[in-house]
Amino acid sequence: MTEPLLSIRGLTKAYPGVVANDDVSFDIQPGEVHALLGENGAGKSTLVKMIYGLVKPDSGEMLLRGKAFAPSEPKAARASGVAMVFQHFSLFDALSVAENIALGMADPPAMRDLAERIRAVSDQYGLPLDPWRIVGDLSAGERQRVEIIRCLLQDPKLLIMDEPTSVLTPQEVQILFETLRKLKSEGTSILYISHKLEEIRALCDEATILRLGKKVATCTPRDTTAREMAELMVGAELHVPSREQKEPGAVRLALKDLAVKSPSEFGTSLKGITLEVRAGEVLGLAGVAGNGQDELLGALSGEIRSANDMVSLDGKAIGATGPRERRRMGLLTAPEERLGHAAAPDMSLTENAALTGAERKGIVSGGFLNWGRARGFAKEIIDRFDVRTPGTENTARSLSGGNLQKFVIGREVMQAPEVVVVNQPTWGVDASAAAVIRQALLDLATGGAAVIVISQDLDELMEISDRFGALNEGRLSEVRPAQGLTVDEIGMMMGGSHDMEVADV
Amino acid sequence: MIRLEKRREPSQVFAYLTPVLAVLVTMIAGGLMFAALGKDPFVAIKTIFYDPLFGQYASFDRPQLLVKGGPLVLIAIGLSLGFRAGIWNIGAEGQYILGAIFGAGVALAFYPLDAWFIFPLMILAGAFGGFLWAMIPGILKVKFGTNEILVSLMLVYVAEQLLASMSLGLMKNPEGFGFPGSRNLQQYPSAHNAEIIANSGMHWGVAAALIAVIFAYVLLARHQLGYHIRLTGEAPRAAKFAGVSPGRLILVCLGFSGAFAGLAGMFEVSGPAGQVTIDFNTGYGFTAIIVAFLGRLHPVGILLAGLLMALTYIGGEVAQSSLGLPSAAIQMFQGMLLFFLLAMDVLTGYRIRFGQGETA
Repeated sequence: MTEPLLSIRGLTKAYPGVVANDDVSFDIQPGEVHALLGENGAGKSTLVKMIYGLVKPDSGEMLLRGKAFAPSEPKAARASGVAMVFQHFSLFDALSVAENIALGMADPPAMRDLAERIRAVSDQYGLPLDPWRIVGDLSAGERQRVEIIRCLLQDPKLLIMDEPTSVLTPQEVQILFETLRKLKSEGTSILYISHKLEEIRALCDEATILRLGKKVATCTPRDTTAREMAELMVGAELHVPSREQKEPGAVRLALKDLAVKSPSEFGTSLKGITLEVRAGEVLGLAGVAGNGQDELLGALSGEIRSANDMVSLDGKAIGATGPRERRRMGLLTAPEERLGHAAAPDMSLTENAALTGAERKGIVSGGFLNWGRARGFAKEIIDRFDVRTPGTENTARSLSGGNLQKFVIGREVMQAPEVVVVNQPTWGVDASAAAVIRQALLDLATGGAAVIVISQDLDELMEISDRFGALNEGRLSEVRPAQGLTVDEIGMMMGGSHDMEVADV
Repeated sequence: MIRLEKRREPSQVFAYLTPVLAVLVTMIAGGLMFAALGKDPFVAIKTIFYDPLFGQYASFDRPQLLVKGGPLVLIAIGLSLGFRAGIWNIGAEGQYILGAIFGAGVALAFYPLDAWFIFPLMILAGAFGGFLWAMIPGILKVKFGTNEILVSLMLVYVAEQLLASMSLGLMKNPEGFGFPGSRNLQQYPSAHNAEIIANSGMHWGVAAALIAVIFAYVLLARHQLGYHIRLTGEAPRAAKFAGVSPGRLILVCLGFSGAFAGLAGMFEVSGPAGQVTIDFNTGYGFTAIIVAFLGRLHPVGILLAGLLMALTYIGGEVAQSSLGLPSAAIQMFQGMLLFFLLAMDVLTGYRIRFGQGETA
């Protein structure tokens, strides 16, 4: 057996009140795609941050090709051949691809030479990308390529990827996987973090599973079922959402030729969206981020007004009505961005409960707010959705992403909506909490509400949708029954018109 | 090496402690400045902070505390509502002047009629004058997206010209032997904002300031409008999601701050100042910005900060006359207070770490 590329021995890191990593050890072999699996808060991020030099371990050691490796900052990690592609891109919309890449370099070459190198690397790895394009015009998949090429220009030995496929279409995922396989065949190791178990089974050679900061298992993904891996992650049997089949009822929400301009410069305007959702029905809307999801949610929440008859609720035109009136009528929404949009970061959970609950939960009367009731409502959400927080007076910012997501979705679900629209309801939420959220949405549908789920997680949509559609550049595809759709058909519906060819290897 | 480390939650302790720290550091830095000017720093600080309250002439100075603190608190309360929502009305000085002109205008129009309704009418007119002046930046911002900071600030200079024109023209006292300035409202009982309790400094404007403090407290803590103001300041997108109309909120906040500043101007012109003159305004509108921030944009904090600021005004005047400190030094001293307060604010969101920079 060859010497491992990176050997992690007993890494431990504690934060006040929580041990993020407890005595974690594993090896990454040269040319291996190694998966790191775990629920939210299992310590995956902390672990890779230690490898990338962002966080210093309390104890334990790392060996890179047999030599002690303790990067004090990312620059040192990069110098040793460790590169990382983050889940959130750090790119400037207004600059070109080459300019963005030059910004991250200590000593950038002349722009024309750099563009040549970018082109060479993108050809070599089958990642089509024009160095002169403005990043603001790129799709999420293309933006990710910018980040990957930025890493590849450093000729890394170990590439860390944090949830790389969460923003890609199935076709784009295939392109990415080809690139990663090519890198692997050249001897580059990849540490791959993902929630999507099927992907890990398709791509990875070895998987390390973390739970509550401890390594609980290692497995070979090819020989393990997704369900087994999920149960290892959660440490319990997984609950699969279920529902009674029912005939859909009357049309509750109808959009007629909805067209609105995006309020943001790099946003996507909605173009002629027509759809109907019936009582008891779940409509799943797929689409790569930035294809009008935010705008659609805004047009439904009332943040973006349209012509009055473009949106109707139970037959009543509400396109020109404001958010509070729509809530009163029973149309509730939960936007994707949790901090700053769905919740005010520095306000307490009590105050955030009043943000959308004021009207329906009797928190406001005669213009005055009843904070006791708001607190009670916040408490109910925390109990029902198992939001991990010391109490209702903690700020939204102090919650972890997954817990805040539970709070934000719970806040709408518990107001007994007539129609509920959620955007990325389980984004960044661990498997068991995601199941709770999906079950809650299905229960609403069973109770006679109409549900629209906008998501980039196709597995999720297939699991809960009755009918399925996709957004592409602000237009809605044909809406079809979800049952029996193939991945290829879904891909076609998503439009994925960006550079479909797979790298020839 | 000193580093700043972000706190997980803003520190409650430091939110209350920073104003106190800022006052202490201002005393030290101000003391150094006074020393550099050749004055004994301890005597200077004592003259500013102690003598007006407990010194030899305190019985004269103490009522002044209310006379000066009243308008500061009243204006600052109005400003704080906008500041909470991220709406920056810098032109309270102009709204203050307009309130005075409108208020005095009503009084002079009725002169010499003796009637109970004149003073209440002046109050309404004063508030309306300030409101109107604040609506100019407000409507321009909502309709055309102009910057309210610039517009409201520039309107201060327009208001000053208007004030000069009024004192030399329309409102000039016909029995004033050609001197600029209007009739003295102190000598017109129906329009005089007299002291409620003699020799206490407590005039109707001070009462209005106290009512404003209670009003703002209830509004921010209990009312949905106050909640929406805070929400807009904390997270504008979340506020929009909650159903706040940004344009309406801009007009409401500017309207409140303008009306409150106008009231302060009206109470001043009909009380302590007495007449519309060219140099009627003395910078309350600008100082109130410091008061609002020194008071953490919190109604009770503003009340305390307004009294503290009034104290530095009075103490500063005492120091000018008794120690010969230049007035610029006093203004610098007041400026330092805001400067150090903003600097200390960092401690609310961050903690200071000493020692070698390590990734933690």
